[in-house]
Amino acid sequence: MIGSIPRPAWLRTATALYVATFLIFLFLPLVTVAVFAFNDAAYPAPPWRGFTLDWFFGNEASGRVGLFHDSELLGSIWTSVIVSVWVTALSLGIGTANAFLMERYTFPGKQALSVLILTPLVIPGVILGISILSLSSRLADLMDTLFGLDLEFLRPGLPLVVLGQFAYIATIATLIVSARLKRFDRTLEEAALNLGASHAAVLRTITFPYLRPALIGAAAISLLMSFENFNTTLMLVGADPPLTVMMYGRMREGASPVLNAVSLFLMVASAALALSLMRGGSKK
Amino acid sequence: MLVLLLGPAVLWLLALIVLPHLDLALLSFRERAAPGEYRASLAQYGTFFTEPLYWQVFVRTAILSIVATALTLLVAFPIAWVITKVARGRASATLFMLCLIPFWVSETVRALGWLILLRESGVLPALLVKLGLTAMPVELLYHDATILVGLVYTSLLFMVVPLVSSLESLDDSLVEAAYDLGASGPAILRDIVIPHAMPGITAGCIVVFMLTLGNYLTPNLLGGKNSQWFTELIYTQFIVRFNWEQGAAFGFLLLALSTAIIAVGLRLSGQRFIDVMRRA
Repeated sequence: MIGSIPRPAWLRTATALYVATFLIFLFLPLVTVAVFAFNDAAYPAPPWRGFTLDWFFGNEASGRVGLFHDSELLGSIWTSVIVSVWVTALSLGIGTANAFLMERYTFPGKQALSVLILTPLVIPGVILGISILSLSSRLADLMDTLFGLDLEFLRPGLPLVVLGQFAYIATIATLIVSARLKRFDRTLEEAALNLGASHAAVLRTITFPYLRPALIGAAAISLLMSFENFNTTLMLVGADPPLTVMMYGRMREGASPVLNAVSLFLMVASAALALSLMRGGSKK
Repeated sequence: MLVLLLGPAVLWLLALIVLPHLDLALLSFRERAAPGEYRASLAQYGTFFTEPLYWQVFVRTAILSIVATALTLLVAFPIAWVITKVARGRASATLFMLCLIPFWVSETVRALGWLILLRESGVLPALLVKLGLTAMPVELLYHDATILVGLVYTSLLFMVVPLVSSLESLDDSLVEAAYDLGASGPAILRDIVIPHAMPGITAGCIVVFMLTLGNYLTPNLLGGKNSQWFTELIYTQFIVRFNWEQGAAFGFLLLALSTAIIAVGLRLSGQRFIDVMRRA
């Protein structure tokens, strides 16, 4: 513990044991998922029947469909990618605008707005989903009866999934960008303006380069949260489910090691994202 | 410029947060009188209170969420303490990183891991048989304890991070001074450490409670038919039975519960919503 305080041996042992148990608890499920992606059995369960790559590449002889031939799963990964790119672009845009709004301007109702900006974080995802579902269906029905318009994007489907995820991820992006903008030294901007730079030039050459790490961080977090989102997505999903919903459906039918394979793929992808972020962060 | 920045923010909050919830409220306060005809009514809320199954699931979800939050705090606090006060330099940073890693993969993957570990044909029951602790493989899924394990696991990150940030600011010399003056370990924990960490504890508990209450995946997959989580009732009413009025009322009840418990937590710890959310 703190340097000057003696720690009895039993306490040291207990601490080490606790940390070890904790880490096992933390990693056991992930390691299990990864290991059984390589088990040569039709079902992800012990005993170990030998190493195979069938669950990735498939095996015609035994009729196993591997991850890379499972068009349904691959399609859902692609759906997730598209959704998360949209959500990230929207969240970054509005998050940056909000950060400037809250850090640079005063206006009546600012206090109320700052509370409202945080509320999406305390609304359970399921409720966020059903509320957007109910409003958009009402709008769709209204458009149908008033103008005879059949607006497909207001019915459950990917546009609603994007909006539902964006509704709360925007708050997270706002918080991340605001935190950095708050620490910005505005005299740098003033100096540039005094030296004759235009407002656009100041933004481009001074403010945005300073915000870059926060923008990258917010983009990574948005991508990840969108990819992982389940609750809101479940309520708004239409005919083409993103990966989490697809996996959930398959898990309810009974697990197949293909799910382990796709999980391992996800782990590797997020580890790559995390590593490249850290590399970028340490360069800064 | 102000209008240009205010526009998107207002549009986002109005179109995706405020109006949908108003609509949901309207939906919950009506009842179908005849096909295509509705009238204002409290029937949806009435059903909730008269049908024992509904409010029992509601109470059960609330209690299990509180238990899960308390357990998460108990599990996370020692780790946060080790990260901030016991481990030094690299070891501390590594341990913190290790705590974050599992949350880079989706909850679905983590639930799959627990399924493979715990189900009757899974890894842990097989291990128990091998060790001679049980004669036959036991079913470890579908118990309340299983749901709690899953919920604590999913929530750990959201507790560890605020705890670490509040413990980091605790000056070591305060603890040393108390020790020099003869205070015992439990006394130091009670009188110095916990009061100082209170903002982090509140923030962590609020976020974890909220996420647990609103969770669907973990109780559903690990609890199976026995899970009886309130979000499952909402899903059933909305998506399976297409009874949106009833589902909307359930949604509001869940929102009310979550808001109430957060308000109580803030009141008890004397903190403001904005500060807590910033910290979390």
